[in-house]
Amino acid sequence: MCTTCGCGPAEHHHHDHDHGHDHKHEHDHSHHDDHTHEHDHGNEHRHHHKVDTTAKSITVETDILAKNNRLAAGNRTLFTSKGVFVLNLVSSPGSGKTTILERTLRDLNGTFAFAVIEGDQQTDNDAMRIAATGVPVKQVNTGAGCHLDAHMVCHAVENFDMDNLDILLIENVGNLVCPASFDLGENHKVVVLSVTEGEDKPLKYPSMFHNADVMLLNKVDLLPHIDFDAEKCKAFARRVNPDILIFDVSSKTGEGMNAWYEWLGAGARKSR
Amino acid sequence: MHEMSITQGVVEICESTAAGRRVLSVVLEIGELSNVIPEAVEFCFEACTKDSGLEGARLTIERIPGRGLCRECAEEFAVKAYYGSCPSCGGYHVDIISGEELRVKELEVE
Ligand SMILES: Nc1nc2c(ncn2[C@@H]2O[C@H](COP(=O)(O)OP(=O)(O)OP(=O)(O)O)[C@@H](O)[C@H]2O)c(=O)[nH]1
Ligand SMILES: [Mg+2]
Ligand SMILES: [Zn+2]
Ligand SMILES: [Zn+2]
Ligand SMILES: [Zn+2]
Ligand SMILES: [Zn+2]
Repeated sequence: MCTTCGCGPAEHHHHDHDHGHDHKHEHDHSHHDDHTHEHDHGNEHRHHHKVDTTAKSITVETDILAKNNRLAAGNRTLFTSKGVFVLNLVSSPGSGKTTILERTLRDLNGTFAFAVIEGDQQTDNDAMRIAATGVPVKQVNTGAGCHLDAHMVCHAVENFDMDNLDILLIENVGNLVCPASFDLGENHKVVVLSVTEGEDKPLKYPSMFHNADVMLLNKVDLLPHIDFDAEKCKAFARRVNPDILIFDVSSKTGEGMNAWYEWLGAGARKSR
Repeated sequence: MHEMSITQGVVEICESTAAGRRVLSVVLEIGELSNVIPEAVEFCFEACTKDSGLEGARLTIERIPGRGLCRECAEEFAVKAYYGSCPSCGGYHVDIISGEELRVKELEVE
């Protein structure tokens, strides 16, 4: 299934970001065609090739994220061909992503066929919570990595029956910075912000709010108890991204969840 | 740290471009709005290039300033951060036209 990355389904995981450890380069001194190498510098085995007249400049102009973008495009092609609606949920740790997923799955399971990818640096706690709802789930542990990338998603979906799937929900690693830069092939990024985080988060982490199409303002059940100016927060989010769609929700009480479900259902039906 | 995977990407691009030749220097273009901290890339570069065809290569990072284009009044202006408003009309409908770059510009091989 992972046709774009070239590694077979069973091939296990040399993910670039944990770099260093699975990074095997034979140090062959790379002495190639254009110059012969004589070991004439005594015992000291150094290869600095003094006056290197063969030094050659190459124009590259390659996007560093090109590989991720290529794999994401491959994922997107797969999702489109299978008619699956895919969301990438991003937020700072603890904003309520998993709780939102649990409630959504309990309320809509039966109406749509779901699958979930859970990204965390460590543990499969979130995957266990999702599994308890009866929905297929694949935990991806990123180790030192602070975000999911398209390659991880490309392999994670090998665990699902894509032909019989309507909606794939991807919970990214809790981090408001780098998941913004890594396209996974999703239809939309959904940023979750909870009312306990302070209304200026959209200004402090503008890239994430700029790149998301939807914002779920979560834990609104707590609003009566705290100083949080929801309107100000939404104005900040719209300043960074004038087109962002905002839903006020509480995944604890269920308040506001219906509007979110309607949007989700409309997206899934359109993707079919 | 996100700069680690970015730097790993740089090494991959350089190695495939160099096709086995030793890389002597690398020039990167990093936009000021790209969320990537140049100092962190420099730091990661040393670790990521160890025992590779890039070991000891000189790293140069060129910054590309942020530029925005206002959708309302078509003014083009310098952007320091995403939430900057248009200096001409005050609107927030601004398209970023540069400053998000993350590119290997050129390299020098043996
Ligand atoms: N009061 C209230 N608490 C909530 C709500 N949603 C989530 N919580 C609580 O917030 C805490 C964190 O929720 P999680 O769903 O684990 O958050 P998360 O974003 O998945 O966290 P990470 O995966 O660790 O980044 C838990 O104690 C939840 O019970 C809500 O709407 N209202
Ligand atoms: Mg979670
Ligand atoms: Zn692969
Ligand atoms: Zn993989
Ligand atoms: Zn990261
Ligand atoms: Zn303007």
